[in-house]
Amino acid sequence: MSDLLNDETKKVLTEPLVENNPITLQVLGICSALAVTSQMSTSLIMALALTMVTACSSAAISAIRNHIPSSIRIIVQMTIIASLVIVVDQLLKAFAYDVSKQLSVFVGLIITNCIVMGRAEAYAMKNPPLESFIDGIGNGLGYSLILIIVAFFREIFGSGKLLGMEVFHLTKDGGWYDPNGLMLLPPSAFFIIGLLIWAVREWKPKQREAVEFKIMSISHGEEGGHH
Amino acid sequence: MSDQLKQLQEKLDNCEHYQKFKVYRDKILALGNDSLEKTIAIAVALCLVCAVFVSMAAVALKPLQVSNKELDMKKNILDVAGLLQENTNIEKAFAEKIEAKLVNLETGDYADGDANAYDQRKAAKDPAQSVAITKEKDIAHIRVKAKLAKVYLVKDGGTTKSIILPINGYGLWSTLYGFLSVEADGQTVQSINFYDQAETPGLGGEVVNPNWRALWKGKKIYAETEQASSEKGLIAEANVGEPALSLIKGTVDNTKAGSQYQVDGLAGATLTSTGVTNLVRYWTSKEGFAPYLTKVRTVTGAKS
Repeated sequence: MSDLLNDETKKVLTEPLVENNPITLQVLGICSALAVTSQMSTSLIMALALTMVTACSSAAISAIRNHIPSSIRIIVQMTIIASLVIVVDQLLKAFAYDVSKQLSVFVGLIITNCIVMGRAEAYAMKNPPLESFIDGIGNGLGYSLILIIVAFFREIFGSGKLLGMEVFHLTKDGGWYDPNGLMLLPPSAFFIIGLLIWAVREWKPKQREAVEFKIMSISHGEEGGHH
Repeated sequence: MSDQLKQLQEKLDNCEHYQKFKVYRDKILALGNDSLEKTIAIAVALCLVCAVFVSMAAVALKPLQVSNKELDMKKNILDVAGLLQENTNIEKAFAEKIEAKLVNLETGDYADGDANAYDQRKAAKDPAQSVAITKEKDIAHIRVKAKLAKVYLVKDGGTTKSIILPINGYGLWSTLYGFLSVEADGQTVQSINFYDQAETPGLGGEVVNPNWRALWKGKKIYAETEQASSEKGLIAEANVGEPALSLIKGTVDNTKAGSQYQVDGLAGATLTSTGVTNLVRYWTSKEGFAPYLTKVRTVTGAKS
């Protein structure tokens, strides 16, 4: 067990939470972060499903990494990921029917989630199965963290509820809170994720990207015209 | 268990094909990753393993999924019938109170056949069992409908208390599937329930909100007097005997004439509201259940 939690493993597990978060730093997996975060319950299930798929697919791909022909590398990864996603979807339909109805196509869309693919390509192809598994868990947790934060704000301000339980008493039921409809629409997730990225980069200035080009000031070009 | 495994191992070791397979496997694994033979062998092997894995999961979980689906459907039917309480035994209540029947939409008569096994959504997709709807008539935007509809009669003792009609139509993002429960007079709404929809949660998705659904109780479907179109185009006009039930913008003023045909629209979801109006109107029109409900009315009328 102590072997399992050596420094390297710990780093692999905790780094994706803030330091190297798949959403805020790598800006991957945004599509599903917009789609499923209008409610906390669907976000939680989605986070769990994605974490499982990332971890298992990374482990499986890593196990056969030395024998994957490079010409069909991506297809091999996709096949493994897709199989796992279908199994997860089947499991949800069998054991959590109501949630699977709410998530509908988004479970299937885990296949196209860039985080799963990204981890397979960037980490699992070069590292042994156990580390890859933990890396998958770590990145899944990083994704989950953002999803939960976004879902928290969207559900509480959009419908005055958390996990379906009333927190703010709504005006339409005689209370004081008038829900913000924008929060329920996908663009609000964009705003929240944008603000989160801003906050994280203020906190960890290292994450700021180098300026690729400088915005030229047009004022001195027009100076002659104004005078 | 380990004995069995040992036996299996022995059997495999003695099997000629397995030995051949092992030799071949070692040969392949020793090849360079980019050789053509290895690429093809790996692709085939991977597909086989994944296919077996996926099909095992699908087959093993199928019974659970089917029963989940059936239970969910029964729950929705009991819910729209107003028979669902916190600790209702769904199977028992359904078997006692609900009777499924097939209705020929064109004539409005009951049709023969095993109603319990009939799947209307599947039938609508089968060209032999469905009819295309012409564009002008297709206000619910569903394009095809099954020839036979599966209705549920809610029994209390020997008499039919209410009738549950399957309805569907397009909202903003999705086709909404639901049930409209009508009292035995074929005119008064008892309840409505959408069990399958993907409208915006919190806006159009509020079609599942119990508070909003409660507003439907007691509303009338068919116009008893002529209804003019109004409310900024949300309501189409209706002649006597035609479907008049609609969602309106804002809240229904119960003192106004015609309010018995009106239900509050969903705030912030005009397109879903229009969709619901259209699908309810479509399914209660001559294209939908009007012939059937007319017959139901004459039968109950003759009895009373």
